[in-house]
Amino acid sequence: MTVYFTKDHEWVRLEGDSALIGITDYAQSQLGDVVYVELPEVGKTFAKGDEAAVVESVKAASDVYAPVSGLVIAVNSKLPDSPSTINDAPESDGWFIRLTLTEPSELEGLLDEAAYRAFVETL
Amino acid sequence: MADSATTEDILLETPLAGLHRELGARMVPFAGYSMPVQYPLGILSEHNWTRDSAGLFDVSHMGQAYLVGPDHATTARALEALTPGDFLALAPGRVRYTLLTTPEGGIIDDLMVTRSADPSEDGTLYLVVNAGRKAIDYAHIAANLPEGVQLEIAGQLALIALQGPKAAEVLARHCPDSAAMGFMTAIRTTIDGIDCHISRSGYTGEDGYEISVVEDHAEPLARALLAEPEVEPIGLGARDSLRLEAGLCLYGHDIDEATSPVEADLGFALAKRRRAEGGFPGAERIQGELADGPAQLRVGIKPEGRAPAREGAEIRDAAGRQIGIVTSGGFGPTAGGPIAMGYVAAEHAAPGTPVTLVVRGKDLAATVVPMPFVPHRYFRKQA
Repeated sequence: MTVYFTKDHEWVRLEGDSALIGITDYAQSQLGDVVYVELPEVGKTFAKGDEAAVVESVKAASDVYAPVSGLVIAVNSKLPDSPSTINDAPESDGWFIRLTLTEPSELEGLLDEAAYRAFVETL
Repeated sequence: MADSATTEDILLETPLAGLHRELGARMVPFAGYSMPVQYPLGILSEHNWTRDSAGLFDVSHMGQAYLVGPDHATTARALEALTPGDFLALAPGRVRYTLLTTPEGGIIDDLMVTRSADPSEDGTLYLVVNAGRKAIDYAHIAANLPEGVQLEIAGQLALIALQGPKAAEVLARHCPDSAAMGFMTAIRTTIDGIDCHISRSGYTGEDGYEISVVEDHAEPLARALLAEPEVEPIGLGARDSLRLEAGLCLYGHDIDEATSPVEADLGFALAKRRRAEGGFPGAERIQGELADGPAQLRVGIKPEGRAPAREGAEIRDAAGRQIGIVTSGGFGPTAGGPIAMGYVAAEHAAPGTPVTLVVRGKDLAATVVPMPFVPHRYFRKQA
């Protein structure tokens, strides 16, 4: 199991032919209490960098960008009813969408976990 | 995730800035100051804490000033020339909410005005104005005063708000005088021996106090109150959700120089005598709107579902025509869902009117509802 990260604080976890997408613990700590999540529909396709979801804290709405291109094959249907899962378990139960990657080579441009954690230390 | 904007501007600090950092606050730029937006508790918990117990807020960024004249009637008339409030009838020790109005009937700022209970200070009115407006307010007031009345800006004062159902019980331990105060009254007293000016008021919809204190004493005072188990420090994030649930306007968002007090549903700030007599800036427009009804009105709006509608969201009628705009919106922790306020054309302002909000390009069903979203719990003395 391999996890990749972006400097926009998303993570991509490869699981066989598909990948889960979420936001990092650092991202949720910056957002504060999440009160609403808007997820895309299954079947939607994203190019890398597209707005894939919206997460709203008490204060503000933030876009979540697709860290890689892909086809949405599942969404985390528990999130709309319990958005605080994103605060409690951002890098596990708080995943947003499952994608089939259409451009797997894009993963090469992402950070590995050690590089991402080091990047966060500089912020 | 999109990064939030940062600023390189030099920000002012309140006398409590060091304490905020020690308490783990996240500081953000607000109205030219570096202010705590939240503490480690988080905005939701801070909001709920204030509703259930007592929250301590640093509001030292707000402007404090004195209008000083030879006697009460002279000073009151000077303020009445700038606002639609009745200050001639303001009794010693009483606090009033009022509005500086433009000649066109818009709102320059909303402010609190206190007449001192101390006969030796007769002729002085104490003003508290919004942080982001103080320079504008002071210039406007100073330029429009009659001979013999001066504006004196208080430079060395901090302002601390203690808000929530346990605020009175907590403060009474340090200041027995505070317990008997009614809503919108003020006294000079001491808290743990520190000289203060206290008013029983606030901007959260809860019972509570605003405490004005010389800035060197602000930190010891804040620490003494924070040492009480009922008290937690609360940031601007929760202050905003509390005031929104209470249906209270935020200057620059819900009211500005274009909106009139009648449109803003602030009729309570238009004193009966002044409505009849006029003689304040914008009286023509305001009296006309009182007689004929305004073209648009500030209303409460409850979106269906869970998606919050933020400031700037378009409000449409059933036929899809734009009828207004959201001026404040978000998630109401006590209300248990999204809430908003905004302006709609008057014919759509009745509670129960269905409207559509446009949020990120999508239509969101919503309803005009009465405000406040959460009932006020101000302390009313029994007669």
